[in-house]
Amino acid sequence: AQNVPNSDWEKKVTEYFKEKLKENNATNWVPSLNDVPVHYLKPNSLVKFRCMVQDMFDPEFYMGVYETVDPNTNARVLHFGKYRDVAECGPQQEIDLNSSQTVTSERQTFYCVPVPGESAWVKEISFLTGPAYVSTSQARVSPSTSYTPSRHKRSYEEDEDMDLHPSKQKEQHMGKSCRSGGDIHGCVEPKRLETEASAGHHVISPNCSPPLDLNFPLPGEKGPACLVKVYENWESFKVNDVLEVFGVLSVDPVLSIVNSEERDSSTLDPMECMDTAEEQRVHSPPASLVPRIHVILAQKLQHINPLLPACLKEEESKTCEFVSNFMSELSPVRAELLGFLTHALLGDSLAAEYLILHLISTVYARRDVLPLGKFTVNLSGCPRNGAFTEHLYRLIQQLVPASYHLRMSIESMNHSRFIPHKDYTANRLVSGLLQLASNTSLVIDETQLEQGQLDTAGVHNVTALGNLITWQKVDYDFNYHRMEFPCNINVLITSEGRSLLPSDCQVHLQPQIIPPNMEEYMSSLLTAVLPSVLNKFRIYLSLLRLLDYSISDEVTKAVEEDFVEMRKNNPESVTADDLHKMLLVARFLSLSAGQTTLSRERWLRAKQLEALRKARLQQQQSVNGNEL
Amino acid sequence: MSSPASTPSRRRGKRGRGSSNPSTPQDARSPPSQKRRTDDSTSTGDLQPMPTSPPADVQSPGAADALFSSPPQFRHSAIPLDFDISSPLTYGTPSSRVEGTPRSGVRGTPVRQRPDLGSVRKARQVDLHSDGLAEDIVATEQSLGQKLVIWGTDVNVASCKEKFQRFLHRFIDPLDKEDEDIGLDLNEPRYMQRLQEINMVGEPFLNVNCDHLRSFDENLYRQLICYPQEVIPTFDMAANEIFFDRYPDSILEHQIQVRPYNALKTRNMRNLNPEDIDQLITISGMVIRSSQLIPEMQEAFFRCQVCAFTTRVEIDRGRIAEPSVCKNCNTTHSMALIHNRSMFSDKQMIKLQESPEDMPAGQTPHTVALFAHNDLVDKVQPGDRVNVTGIYRAVPIRVNPRVSSVNSVYKTHIDVIHYRKTDSKRLHCVDEETEQKRFTEERVEMLKELSKKADIYDRLALALAPSIYEHEDIKKGILLQLFGGSRKDFTHTGRGNFRAEINILLCGDPGTSKSQLLQYVYNLVPRGQYTSGKGSSAVGLTAYVMKDPETRQLVLQTGALVLSDNGICCIDEFDKMNESTRSVLHEVMEQQTLSIAKAGIICQLNARASILAAANPIESQWNPKKTTIENIQLPHTLLSRFDLIFLMLDPRDEAYDRRLARHLVSLYYQTEEKMEEEYMDMAVLRDYIAYARSYVNPRLGEEASQALIEAYVDMRKIGSGRGMVSAYPRQLESLIRLAEAHAKVRFSEKVETIDVEEAKRLHREALKQSATDPRTGIVDISILTTGMSATARKRKEELAQALRKLIQSKGKTPSLKYQQLLDDLRAQSDTAITKEMFEEALRALADEDFLTVTGKTVRLL
Repeated sequence: AQNVPNSDWEKKVTEYFKEKLKENNATNWVPSLNDVPVHYLKPNSLVKFRCMVQDMFDPEFYMGVYETVDPNTNARVLHFGKYRDVAECGPQQEIDLNSSQTVTSERQTFYCVPVPGESAWVKEISFLTGPAYVSTSQARVSPSTSYTPSRHKRSYEEDEDMDLHPSKQKEQHMGKSCRSGGDIHGCVEPKRLETEASAGHHVISPNCSPPLDLNFPLPGEKGPACLVKVYENWESFKVNDVLEVFGVLSVDPVLSIVNSEERDSSTLDPMECMDTAEEQRVHSPPASLVPRIHVILAQKLQHINPLLPACLKEEESKTCEFVSNFMSELSPVRAELLGFLTHALLGDSLAAEYLILHLISTVYARRDVLPLGKFTVNLSGCPRNGAFTEHLYRLIQQLVPASYHLRMSIESMNHSRFIPHKDYTANRLVSGLLQLASNTSLVIDETQLEQGQLDTAGVHNVTALGNLITWQKVDYDFNYHRMEFPCNINVLITSEGRSLLPSDCQVHLQPQIIPPNMEEYMSSLLTAVLPSVLNKFRIYLSLLRLLDYSISDEVTKAVEEDFVEMRKNNPESVTADDLHKMLLVARFLSLSAGQTTLSRERWLRAKQLEALRKARLQQQQSVNGNEL
Repeated sequence: MSSPASTPSRRRGKRGRGSSNPSTPQDARSPPSQKRRTDDSTSTGDLQPMPTSPPADVQSPGAADALFSSPPQFRHSAIPLDFDISSPLTYGTPSSRVEGTPRSGVRGTPVRQRPDLGSVRKARQVDLHSDGLAEDIVATEQSLGQKLVIWGTDVNVASCKEKFQRFLHRFIDPLDKEDEDIGLDLNEPRYMQRLQEINMVGEPFLNVNCDHLRSFDENLYRQLICYPQEVIPTFDMAANEIFFDRYPDSILEHQIQVRPYNALKTRNMRNLNPEDIDQLITISGMVIRSSQLIPEMQEAFFRCQVCAFTTRVEIDRGRIAEPSVCKNCNTTHSMALIHNRSMFSDKQMIKLQESPEDMPAGQTPHTVALFAHNDLVDKVQPGDRVNVTGIYRAVPIRVNPRVSSVNSVYKTHIDVIHYRKTDSKRLHCVDEETEQKRFTEERVEMLKELSKKADIYDRLALALAPSIYEHEDIKKGILLQLFGGSRKDFTHTGRGNFRAEINILLCGDPGTSKSQLLQYVYNLVPRGQYTSGKGSSAVGLTAYVMKDPETRQLVLQTGALVLSDNGICCIDEFDKMNESTRSVLHEVMEQQTLSIAKAGIICQLNARASILAAANPIESQWNPKKTTIENIQLPHTLLSRFDLIFLMLDPRDEAYDRRLARHLVSLYYQTEEKMEEEYMDMAVLRDYIAYARSYVNPRLGEEASQALIEAYVDMRKIGSGRGMVSAYPRQLESLIRLAEAHAKVRFSEKVETIDVEEAKRLHREALKQSATDPRTGIVDISILTTGMSATARKRKEELAQALRKLIQSKGKTPSLKYQQLLDDLRAQSDTAITKEMFEEALRALADEDFLTVTGKTVRLL
């Protein structure tokens, strides 16, 4: 139900902003809701927000154009209602709800949360390029103007010194984190404190008794959730899409007042009790806690890596230049990354090779139900003690833009919520662990699994994980029916023996060195890498995922021959499944070297890798007897 | 809407205008209502509807003239539009219900308010001859005297009524058959028969199919859609006039209410937009929540504590204007509300969510609020799929008196006029296919065009799961399963329903994309269920009783098989299913029902599901030296219920490998766009199947019957030569189903010889794969029907006899050692005898009461 009033000037608004934002890094000048706490931002100013669509609410009808009347003078004024929540009028005016001039329009509300599992370095770098860091007068204006005495009580202690020298304080933090480079907590710390403080304040306020569940997919997430109001093309957005929106920030306190008023009178007016109290709370939470953004421009992001140009498909000279520049120095970067990961995997270079392939894998197409391009790796033989997986995850976190570490245990499987489900009383999609954005790395740690019994919830969770890995989809629970949401999540499973979850390829880890102190070893590994090199790794992994790939007829023939030959020798050991795997390995192997077509050499190398991997598995099997 | 005869008194009661009628008790109420009316005209700012279509009152033409000659001030006061969905003022005074004994005829039948239509009290008619407002109005009727239209619309009450009466009198559509039409003569005016039905049954609701109205009078239909609030009361009026004209002695609970349904604007919830506000719409969806019944006060009853003087006050916008002074004794604050003499009407709030089928992929479902009134309360429960016809409303969120700004968002809901359950059909009507998907004409043309192609069967088979390589016969089998046979009813001959669904079992080596095929089918069919044998229990498949956490009552929760009624239930890892779970499949696969007796709930549910199962061989790799039964270890009773059993084996063939490799390689570099083309095909395939399933119902032709008989006789003959039976009636039934399904593929209403030929071929192919005795290489159906090939059975008997001889040769020993006996038998026999074979022989002898086995000793009897 798209109904865009066809007045040209409305189109011009979006055009204007689009043009303006294209100009030399203009996007960096817009304050981002991801970095700057809401109470530092000026209401009704332009902000940006990088987020994932968590839920879609029902479309709402609003007054696109409305008329106010001054009861004394009878003067009528037309107002424009787009990009705002509240139909405003002067103190002496009243809104004429029956005016024939009123135009009703439609808009869609998305409930957006910050990208789940977003790595600290993504936040950090986008913050560094953001307006708070680029110390311009404009950027400094936004906090100070929004800082009004009435808000002073909100976060009293923190604000005390922060507000005296807000930018100075930030720069101090910035400097510190820049020097330490790898320090994850660095500059994010003060912002977190602030959001926490403001959230905490609301908990105390009598207005909303229990704390509002902001519905983040992952536990322990921080950041503002946002009601994003979209005015056009909302059909093109899907749940779990990652968006960058530019729009008008609306934190009008009236929104909250209207709310509480309604709740009081709900017993009186039958019209109001239509929505349950929960629904009210969820759909119109206090604006200070869940701000509204009225979108002027929204774009889907292919990736959230701030080191890359936002859109790579565009035929812009700048992006092309960037890509070709990077491609020229690809092989040293790859070699360095391989070395880095080999160290991280305790000297196992084969496992490191597979880890690279895994990290650049992505579902590039679906053939009816079959997702193509998923490459789930099961890293078996992980040492149980020494918290190896914990540290391995820390390293991966430093490389990929979004990730989550799932520690599998009977407890966590039975008690956490994996599958998002619809809560019909509150009329919203309650998020679950598996509601993740595309290309999120999910590291499942099976080494901590103990013997025990899964209950119903646990069985469902394990099944969901299995489905996610095999079909790259999650069946969201809508109580009366299930709905399939395709996803694209890189799953890495670390286990002692073979994982109980399905996987595309099992690599048995053969540690060459056993460091006496795992923690020391791993952190020294990280500090040894220069920040600039680390950034190259990050670019490498994000960029290669987006490349196209093809196989020439000639190589197809060769592969065919090879397959037939292999089958002839030993039909039992080489199945169609194995060919699938080899082709996958070949694909990512070529891409990891920056080649977009398969060459014979790569194919042979892929075969070799597979053979090595299999030999290891066999060896392992014979050692462990019947372990499979 | 009241009839004209009752209108004047209603108006007077409500507006306090016109000549007084001393005989009714309404007189006493005149002053307060008059006062309120003037209130209304001044207090305009509160709750106002969208101005798209100003609500209007319908007046009978006679009364209207009188009104318009009276105070001109009325015209001004009418413009502010009050919005109150529960206004009682619309339909006469409620007191008309209380007053007088029920008499017959239009005059006596009380009028029931229609809160579903909302308040229309403020509307008025506009004479087009009068100046001023004339330009707002589009006159549709040009003849003189018919220019009176309701303000803001182009509806002329008189002509509208007349047209609708003509419609009721004349509408005949012999072709259009609906399932409620039982007992209707389609060649007689349909709605006159309906009125007759109302007279007999006494349910004063007339359901009108908007589609009929549209074919009868396009303009009237348009008016109904655009101005339902004004037109439906007119329809009521018209229907009542006809009804009481015909059946003057009829006594109804209240006057007939017309309920239109199937407004062609039937749409997906997603398509609702601001233009639909205040229009009649039909949307489909699923009920997800319904509120408790809300008694809504329509009229408050007050009594003076001092002099016992009583008065009634109508509810205005949810507020009661409590009289502060008694009119009789002039005491202030003496009026008290008497609850049980006040009038209430029922109201319910319902949340409707769009059906999962309508939802675009990757988005969450939308919901919309419904308000049901009076009789429609509690007509639907959460989980029901319904088509709702109603008026779409948008109401501004209440103005906060303290803040001048207003939340600019409207609240929307639908006032329900008519419900139609989409799945009620499924439960009651056996031979009707469920969800008759509506196809556009072009689509039907396209599908028919497609069906005429000679190679349509192969084409469709190719379009099925293109990512799975080859296995064409299996795909063909699944294709026929998707189409299914024709449903036959032999209840009168005592056999009940014949199964029309085709069941297929796939067995074979792991990694031969069986699961993928299952997933594909599951994604293709609208009512598919996917379960895994390992993960499902008997209750998960059938139904289970659980305590509803909210109501604390026992409720029946249906499982996968019931949910896939009329669809396909895909069961992966069939062999891993435990014994008790599998046993429930016996009933489902032949009788197509599920009987449940649990926790005091005894019932039989329909489970007309086709079953597509996949099983892995016991030894992880298929052993070609063993029979199907031995390989998958499933009971033959279950196996014989599968129409087709396919083996998906890994062919050891160079040419095949080559083709497979090429196919797989292409998967790894094709781009998204190339894949898109195949997705298109999936939509076509889905529609093709849906169309064939609901519209094509082939019957056996004479030639085809002969061919089937021959085929069956042939099959029996093959076996009889070797003294064994190679075909049972079950196989014949399978053949018929397959032939019918093949005819459906061709969109043919008649099963012909080619269909039988293909059915035979496919059946033979499947048999060749699954029922070949690996020892003899002969196709032997008894492997599937008795679990053993005839030769194996023979061998077993021989062994038993040998054992008996051995024991008898030992002379009169009462008991023998088990191990000793086995060793003796082994020594005697020239073939290797396994322990299992020995035990089987022992068991056979025990069955003959020759011996008993207790522990490790064998006793003779």
